[in-house]
Amino acid sequence: MTLIDLANPSKFLALTARVLPWLAGATAILLLVGLYQAAVAPDDYQQGATVKIMFIHVPNAWLSMFVWGVMSIAALGTLVWRHPLADVAAKAAAPIGAAFTFLALVTGSLWGRPMWGTYWEWDARLTSVLILFLMYLGLMALWRAVEDPSRAARAAAVLTLVGAINLPIIKFSVDWWNTLHQPASVMRMGGPSLDNAFLIPLLVMAVGFSLLFMTLHLAAMRNEILRRRVRSLQMMQASQQAA
Amino acid sequence: MTALAALIRRDIKIALRVGGGALIGVLFFLTVTVLMPFAIGPDLPLLARLGPAILWLGALLASLLTLDRLFTADHEDGSLDLIVMGQTPLELACAAKALAHWLAAGVPLIAATPVLGLLLNLDTAATSAVALTLLVGTPALTFTGMIGAALAVTLHRGGLLLAVLVLPLSIPVLIFGVAASQAAITGPLSFGTPFSILCALSLVSFVVGPFAAAASLRHGLD
Amino acid sequence: MFSGLDFEAASGEVLAVVGPNGSGKTSLLRLIAGLLVSGGGSIGLEGGEAELTLPEQSHYLGHRDALKPALSVAENLSFWRDFLGGATGDVKECLTAVGLGHATYLPAAFLSAGQRRRLSIARLLVVRRPVWLLDEPTSALDTAGQELFVGVMREHLASGGIIVAATHTPLGIEARELRMGGK
Repeated sequence: MTLIDLANPSKFLALTARVLPWLAGATAILLLVGLYQAAVAPDDYQQGATVKIMFIHVPNAWLSMFVWGVMSIAALGTLVWRHPLADVAAKAAAPIGAAFTFLALVTGSLWGRPMWGTYWEWDARLTSVLILFLMYLGLMALWRAVEDPSRAARAAAVLTLVGAINLPIIKFSVDWWNTLHQPASVMRMGGPSLDNAFLIPLLVMAVGFSLLFMTLHLAAMRNEILRRRVRSLQMMQASQQAA
Repeated sequence: MTALAALIRRDIKIALRVGGGALIGVLFFLTVTVLMPFAIGPDLPLLARLGPAILWLGALLASLLTLDRLFTADHEDGSLDLIVMGQTPLELACAAKALAHWLAAGVPLIAATPVLGLLLNLDTAATSAVALTLLVGTPALTFTGMIGAALAVTLHRGGLLLAVLVLPLSIPVLIFGVAASQAAITGPLSFGTPFSILCALSLVSFVVGPFAAAASLRHGLD
Repeated sequence: MFSGLDFEAASGEVLAVVGPNGSGKTSLLRLIAGLLVSGGGSIGLEGGEAELTLPEQSHYLGHRDALKPALSVAENLSFWRDFLGGATGDVKECLTAVGLGHATYLPAAFLSAGQRRRLSIARLLVVRRPVWLLDEPTSALDTAGQELFVGVMREHLASGGIIVAATHTPLGIEARELRMGGK
């Protein structure tokens, strides 16, 4: 199986139809195991049971950035290699990435409430994730603004790549802005490296969430391919003259 | 009534479908509000004090931005000619269009306020005060902004000119909207007085806006 | 723009407004439709409904099709039916009559220029009005479409309607001519 094989949407549909159930099953098993391990993991001596939010928060935060990476590769696929499925992959990934980012923000904010006493703190890391979320929403708005998907694809690809270059710069400037205004008033967790009792469930959850992304992404790509087929069928129907 | 209901339904449908601008307004509101702390600094007490003003300015700019196309889109595709010719009084048709715009673009702004209040460190009372004043005040923004949108058809220009025309008109709404929210948070004024004036401003705009917009559209067609 | 113009059209009659570009054909139609303010002179409809003005009893088919690409073909037509009101017909029947029956539920964005024009013509059918003001009605239509449109116009005239059409090409229907311009 090569990328060339995947370039054919029909072959892609046939292949993913076989792969998806297995992928979904593996996701469910890993997430269940991870959740069980997280539930039986000991409480943190400082944070108590709230530390368990970490098992959801960290995988979501990691995926929020990973998905932008996936979209950047897809954007290169659109602009450089002209791979026919690249823009399908990019379009399908954006809402999923936005959802993971949103969950990272919500869980982070719920975690922050007992730690900082407020739901929101203009902490450098949280702020960067918030900007990432806004960029996801902007990208989704761009996809929605143009009716013809192949025309939207190029604009979205350029924006994705610019975002990929810009995100580290934004991250750096937010760090700088934050330390400029507010010298480390917030105690961050971390410190000594994580104990194995935390690390293993965290890794299981991270792999589980990554598989969840793959499952959702492939399913969303299938939907997008079918949606485009419906669209071209509609255009064919519109152009035929009434008998 | 069927005619007006049909017009409202059509405009909301267009705003929410692919290519429609309703949700971009909320996104703009979100972005502007998030930008503010970068200029002001991540000082939570200060943000809480400025919060109502930031939210009101954001909502003002967001609703103005989406108003731009209220009449020009219909003018460009010829729909406006037919709306002017119809048996429905143009004033009512204008009011229906403004109402549809408020439902599609204004209500989401109010719905987004609690989330943004969280970011600006507003407590529950302050957030609900801002949301309530926005609920009462944004119709006034839409209905006065509509006059500018109608002038944009006459002048074949929109965008910045519209903003320059409409922003001064919305100053009273801004004053009493922010005053009412501040009064609810800190005092010393009572919440009732500025809030009642805000309601009055909205009611006046319901009358003045459609008539002014219809007059400018009637003479602006060519 | 023009002066000294005197014309009339009786029930069941077509008035073809002809003349070179820039002679004011479109302006004349827009004047009748009440979309331009007249600088003097009067236009009236005798024997129409007394409470309604002339524009309220007229259909105006301009260069622009008054369609929203985001809405489906049926949604576009039923909006104008509900908005214009009065005596209305069935949306599906009218779409079939102009040869768009197969596209009823498709987005209007997918229609070609000729199909968009057909959809505008369906608007004339779905709401009954005595006066039709047509500005270059056949410009985007193919031969079959023009024939179809002639049939639509004949039916309208037979039921006592009036048509005022600005045109360069022959309409394919007997008409009284109003020649504009040529100063």
